[in-house]
Amino acid sequence: MQTIESIIPFVAVLIAMAGPILIILFKRWPNIRELMTFMVASVTFGLVVSMAPSVYNGTEITYNLIDILPEVGISFKVDSFGILFALVSSSLWIVTTVYSIGYMRALKEHSQTRFFSFFAVAISSALGVAFSANLLTLYMFYEILSLSTFSLVTHHQDKEAHFGGRKYLTFLMGSSIAFFLPAVILTYYYTGTLDFNRFGILTHSIPDYMLVVMFALFLAGIGKAAIMPMHSWLPSAMVAPTPVSSLLHAVAVVKVGVFSLLRVLLYIFGTDLLEFMRFDGFLVYFVSITIIAGSLFALKQDNLKARLAYSTVAQLSYIVLAGGLLSVSGITGGIVHIAMHAFGKITLFFCAGAILVNTGFKNISQLKGIGKKMPVTMIAFFFGSLSIIGVPPLGGFWSKWNLAMGTIEYSEIPILVVLLTSSLLNAAYFMPIVYNAFFAKDESIVYTEVKEAPLLTIIPPVFTALVSIALFFYPDIFLNLARSAARSVLGV
Amino acid sequence: MIDQAPVLIIVIPLIFALLTPVVGLWRKSLCYFWILTALALSAAFSVTVFVKVLNTGTIHYNLGGWTPPWGIEYVIDHLNALMLVVVSAIALLTAVYSRKSIEKEFPNKKTAFYTVFLLQATGFLGIVITGDMFNLYVFLEISSLAGYALIAIGEDGALFAAFKYIIIGTIGASFYLIGVGYIYIMTGSLNMADIAALLQQVNNTSVIHIAFAFILAGLIIKMALFPMYIWMPDAYTKAPSASSALIAPLMTKISAYILVRVIFTIFKPEFITANLPVTKIMLWLGFAAIIYGAIMSIAQTDFKRMLCFIIVAEIGYIVGGIGLFNPTAIKGAILHILNDAVMTAGLFFIAGIVKYKTGFHNLTDFKDLFKKMPVTMGAFVIIALSVIGVPPTCGFFSKWYLIKGAIIGNAWPFAAALLFSSLVNVVLFFRIFEIGYGFDHGHDSGGHEELGSGSLISEAPATMLLPSMLVSLIIIFTGIYNQTIITNIIEHVTPNL
Repeated sequence: MQTIESIIPFVAVLIAMAGPILIILFKRWPNIRELMTFMVASVTFGLVVSMAPSVYNGTEITYNLIDILPEVGISFKVDSFGILFALVSSSLWIVTTVYSIGYMRALKEHSQTRFFSFFAVAISSALGVAFSANLLTLYMFYEILSLSTFSLVTHHQDKEAHFGGRKYLTFLMGSSIAFFLPAVILTYYYTGTLDFNRFGILTHSIPDYMLVVMFALFLAGIGKAAIMPMHSWLPSAMVAPTPVSSLLHAVAVVKVGVFSLLRVLLYIFGTDLLEFMRFDGFLVYFVSITIIAGSLFALKQDNLKARLAYSTVAQLSYIVLAGGLLSVSGITGGIVHIAMHAFGKITLFFCAGAILVNTGFKNISQLKGIGKKMPVTMIAFFFGSLSIIGVPPLGGFWSKWNLAMGTIEYSEIPILVVLLTSSLLNAAYFMPIVYNAFFAKDESIVYTEVKEAPLLTIIPPVFTALVSIALFFYPDIFLNLARSAARSVLGV
Repeated sequence: MIDQAPVLIIVIPLIFALLTPVVGLWRKSLCYFWILTALALSAAFSVTVFVKVLNTGTIHYNLGGWTPPWGIEYVIDHLNALMLVVVSAIALLTAVYSRKSIEKEFPNKKTAFYTVFLLQATGFLGIVITGDMFNLYVFLEISSLAGYALIAIGEDGALFAAFKYIIIGTIGASFYLIGVGYIYIMTGSLNMADIAALLQQVNNTSVIHIAFAFILAGLIIKMALFPMYIWMPDAYTKAPSASSALIAPLMTKISAYILVRVIFTIFKPEFITANLPVTKIMLWLGFAAIIYGAIMSIAQTDFKRMLCFIIVAEIGYIVGGIGLFNPTAIKGAILHILNDAVMTAGLFFIAGIVKYKTGFHNLTDFKDLFKKMPVTMGAFVIIALSVIGVPPTCGFFSKWYLIKGAIIGNAWPFAAALLFSSLVNVVLFFRIFEIGYGFDHGHDSGGHEELGSGSLISEAPATMLLPSMLVSLIIIFTGIYNQTIITNIIEHVTPNL
């Protein structure tokens, strides 16, 4: 594998991190301020895209900023796994910026400067996680992400936000300090390095009980992956403004969680050790609980964002399956779900936000017949949910297909049953919303004319829904990136 | 001039201190600039000495030309060269910072305050620079006496707090002196290097064991290690902002520095491990201090008092780290002495700013401060994150070495205590952030325009703000460049065990 040294990954992270300077500088002129966010997001995306072709062709881009521990630096490495995640989050940042402008202004939210500033920091740290070359750099960005999103979750500054934020922080910071950090230190103690290696850095020479302890610490410590029972911060985080829920709590934050977990499983433990210690088998059954239970919880939520949040909890564990289904298809399916789920779920959140802006409704029971008033939004919602369910012609099909293939290749047939059951459950909690929106009638409200939410909140979900469809027909970019990551960790 | 730099670090603030009343008689307002000059010169010479030590190694300076072991000798190796820079820098920053808070808290006592302030700094610098055990005692007393006065000048109750501190502090200093006396009886020397050589022959005598025990007990009191901390919370809470910003970070940390000196330079590691279960005691005292400090700090409603219990825990980090007695942990402990001095100074700066702005320093006084003082609070967040231990701030790295040292030493309870303390710090500081953020429980969640409208910004005065900002920058830079500090400085003084 070729390696080239380049400062670009660091610059991409740095530009997004420095975004708040421009945003705060122009805080008195909201239009220029938003233009700045847009520019920073576009430049960041441009930088990420500029790295994509060479990574796609099998080159790795590395950059070592400075050594902060012996043999461990703040260093960046862009591989196919990282670039996939970076592409998804930086491209969706631009879309979300457009959406945020429409949403925040329509609702006349306060402290928008603070909102856009911390948003930029959060995305920057998500990119930092994607480009981390070692566990310490990853941990650093992971923590910065928790801290910067705290202010976004508590944006409303009311009682609900107060407690939601508190829960958010307790779960995320608590788990990362109490479990993740000691696991990182133990890794360093036993191996003397923290660099990600495609065959893992932990070895059989470490006592078995210690490997089990470390596995458990990582699993519990990476709370952002929202594996049960560490999931309940995510529904609480839904008190945040919708753009935060859509980009951060459907894409950036939670996927930083699963991304970090997969990085640890595949690049710190390594597929051989996972198989040898039988962590793979444990993992797939353990997260199956989350897949099924998350969907069941979602069924009984009436608050639309809460239902979406539980759906995210379940879907995240699909991605974690990649750490247990150690075949090419299995890992590919899990990794590519980072992208497929992102585009689908962000569409749904955008729609939920558009409904809120337009009607003030937050609950599913209020949405009867709303399809007459907001047909475009609800059609986008329909396609978004199809992608999550995983039916053609939506991108979500590819991740479920590959995961299903993975269960067969890796002889974990019960997991196939889990996947299919989960798809049914997904349909059970999404389709009634769509059905009721178009075909049910609410006695109290009769919608007669079409009146959509402001344009800036409608274009983004339509766009991401179209992307979801396009990803069915042209999934190659993400599929190939995921597949090359899978091949490299499996050594085939 | 450069050759005389070591003594100038001490002599300049000492002479300036003696002349401060004269300056004050002439123009009271000049005192501020007078002591700034003194501390700036002292800091400049500290940096000179520091650079020289980095280039040429340990410096020996014979006071008045008397050769050791008869004369007093200043010995500056890598460790105290850096300590000198840290101490003189914090003293200088605190001096800059003091201007507005003094004008507000006791405008009439300016001259007296600045005289004693300078003596305090002299005492701290003297303790760090000297290579003579009795001379160290003299400076310890200078700094303690100055400290009693600086604390007694504070709010209601400060007098009693200072009195308590005098009684306990004097006992501590006496213990130290008794220990030095015993050593003098056995070796006939007061020079640290000389004692270290002579002790080899009398190591196994009970007199030396008792001498060590006395010195250790004295230092434990002075550094406020659990359970001998009781003088500390009252004293530092009631002290004026400028006094506590100078004394709270430095007194305890300098005592920890003396401990490092006593254990590694004078008595040598072999003595420590061979004769007494000292390391075990230190480890468990450190453990207890961390747990106790963490729990007590949650219970406080006064910000400065909470900081005092954080200090109790942080001292536990350092002493426990030394008690682990392996190179990694000792590296962490020494790094933490330096880091914590900077962090604590920053926190007390913030406490002073809050007091200056609101008149009090309770947790509730932070209400809405993010809106009113975004820059101050930004600095506060960075300092707090360092105390919590979030990379890339410096607090993360000392904690990293300490935890790794605990793992190497199989001291799992100590590692758990460190993590526990980090978690508690998250609670402590985020509780304040929440207050500062200003949650409105009666508020409906729709339409918040009124919250954002109007500019309420009223930042702290520049003389208070700049030192705080500087501290937060130092925290980030020493974090990122911690390897430079470790390889160039701390590894020179970490013993090979």
